Amino acid sequence: MNGRNLRNDLFYYLGILLICAPFLKMHTVYVPLVLLVAWGVRSCAAFAGESRTFSDIRLKTVNTLVAHQTLAVGVILSAALLLPFASSNYLIDVLTSAILYAILATALNITVGLTGVLVLGFIGFYGVGAYTTGILTAKFALCGFWIALPLSGLAAMLCGVLLGIPALRLKGDYLAVVTLGFGEIIRIFLTNLNGLTGGPNGILGIKRPSFGLFTLDHPRDFYWFSLAMLALIVLIVSRLANSRYGRSWVAIRENEMAAGALGINVFRKHLLSFSLSAFFGGIAGSLFAVKQGFISPDSFTFYESVLVLCMVVLGGIGNVIGSVTGALLLIVVPEFLREFSLYRMLVFGAVMIAFMVFRPNGLLGSRMITQEIQDREDDGQ
Amino acid sequence: MTASDILTTDSLSVTFGGVKALAGVSISVRQGEILSIIGPNGAGKTTFFNAVTGAYAPTGGRVFLSGREITDMGPDQVARLGLARSFQNLKPFAEMTLLENVLVGREIHMASGMLAAILRSPAFHRDEAAQKQRARELLSFVGLEQRRDQLARNLTYGERKMLEIARALALEPSVLLLDEPVAGMNPTETGFVMELVQNIRRQGITVVIIEHDMKMVMGISDRIYVLDHGELIAEGLPHEVRANPAVIEAYLGGGTLAPAH
Repeated sequence: MNGRNLRNDLFYYLGILLICAPFLKMHTVYVPLVLLVAWGVRSCAAFAGESRTFSDIRLKTVNTLVAHQTLAVGVILSAALLLPFASSNYLIDVLTSAILYAILATALNITVGLTGVLVLGFIGFYGVGAYTTGILTAKFALCGFWIALPLSGLAAMLCGVLLGIPALRLKGDYLAVVTLGFGEIIRIFLTNLNGLTGGPNGILGIKRPSFGLFTLDHPRDFYWFSLAMLALIVLIVSRLANSRYGRSWVAIRENEMAAGALGINVFRKHLLSFSLSAFFGGIAGSLFAVKQGFISPDSFTFYESVLVLCMVVLGGIGNVIGSVTGALLLIVVPEFLREFSLYRMLVFGAVMIAFMVFRPNGLLGSRMITQEIQDREDDGQ
Repeated sequence: MTASDILTTDSLSVTFGGVKALAGVSISVRQGEILSIIGPNGAGKTTFFNAVTGAYAPTGGRVFLSGREITDMGPDQVARLGLARSFQNLKPFAEMTLLENVLVGREIHMASGMLAAILRSPAFHRDEAAQKQRARELLSFVGLEQRRDQLARNLTYGERKMLEIARALALEPSVLLLDEPVAGMNPTETGFVMELVQNIRRQGITVVIIEHDMKMVMGISDRIYVLDHGELIAEGLPHEVRANPAVIEAYLGGGTLAPAH
């Protein structure tokens, strides 16, 4: 027991030092100060963990949040709606990226979080969606954005089905490697299919969507549009998660054999979750294409796949709101660390490790609400 | 096969590598009975369940459910046709609540589609409410109604077994296969399960049990099959099986079986 505590302590203080290293910039004088603050934070956390009043307050907060869910969602949404008035165009742009990643994380959460299938090449679907929009609206100018948007989703979904039918017969790590291969194949296709995709130069001049005469040219307008899409997709996914579909997915994640013995066609449900994920991934890709106005294979590397996966894991596997939170954290926070760009990945890695050690279930956990009502007295008791 | 046989196997065999786990087992389960399959460890009892329910592909022989051949069907198809099972090494959905666990079993009876789930249409709410009601009834049938909102991982060993039974019953099966339902339970709990099995039979469900607990086997079985080394070595009424020298030889390695009561 003691050995483990000591190891945890070491982990914690070394991690803090590592994260702070770029900020200290070799001013070793501040090291004791940092350690002191770290110690203080930790003692407070320990106190809060044991204190009865604090746990009561925490329980009450969660219960109030659960009771006034609609209100809480409303407050957050209106804050998000008003945010552009108080921020620079640069910040709005960062937030729009974060929203696109949030859509991706929400989509990936269907397979990784709910169904328990590890997908390592998810960005492939994003790429297919983005290029479908690019090719249809700019390269060959066949149709407008509003037709290209659903077609992008469907194209990605088609890829998902074609990949899923053979690949989903594999299990666990083997499947993960196949999806990793898929992501790379898409990127190599995009780089080499010069006639269709413009090769390494990509596709230029993709226009922003418009409602009649009104074009979403201002970053603020596009931010609102993306926000609306995110809200819609989160709504759809969370409703599916709280229905027979979500239940079957989670049952398969928890135990495939038992789910099969209860009449659930494991392969069909896997394919459904996989293709839904791909569909929403493609939608996000389409939005990305019109946001940037320019797409090239460089935007769809393995690193992006890992980043999206980190968002899902960080927010809490299987938790729809968690995926959105994870995406916001992983996109917005590193923006503030831009001046330490050399150390960015180091800090990023340290934070991920810290999470896996101290909160393996993610920031919000996989079942925030049920865990709190676990010990609830039964009604009428 | 007579008209009253609901589940029959015809020289069912399963081979793993060179090992014959099941060597041509032919049994017939009659409509509405409680049938026990006993035998020493490694006799092939669980393999038999797995082969019947499609979890393993049999290497030979055939399986019929209500006169329909189910030999090459997958586990989900077999379940949809009315053959439910519990597992020896328990497999509850740990991160789901008890109610959700049972609702997964109701999946095949749910009518509302994906669009209804997204739009939360009246049909969706009606379907959910009806299935939840049914799931709560099943939980109260096995004595777990009060704990329906807890996660399954918080249950004790005995409670998990009860949850598995409730979940299997949610399919509304015609035949229920129970794999060691009272292993590791105390006498009070065993008594509860025996009563539960009788109640299940009273609802018209045929029950097939694999069990080592002789008090339970002798107490509730209408008939008993005995397996040893993948072969059927005896069958009959409890008192016949208890007196069968081949069974005593296989099961206890000679000597006499413990008194029944």
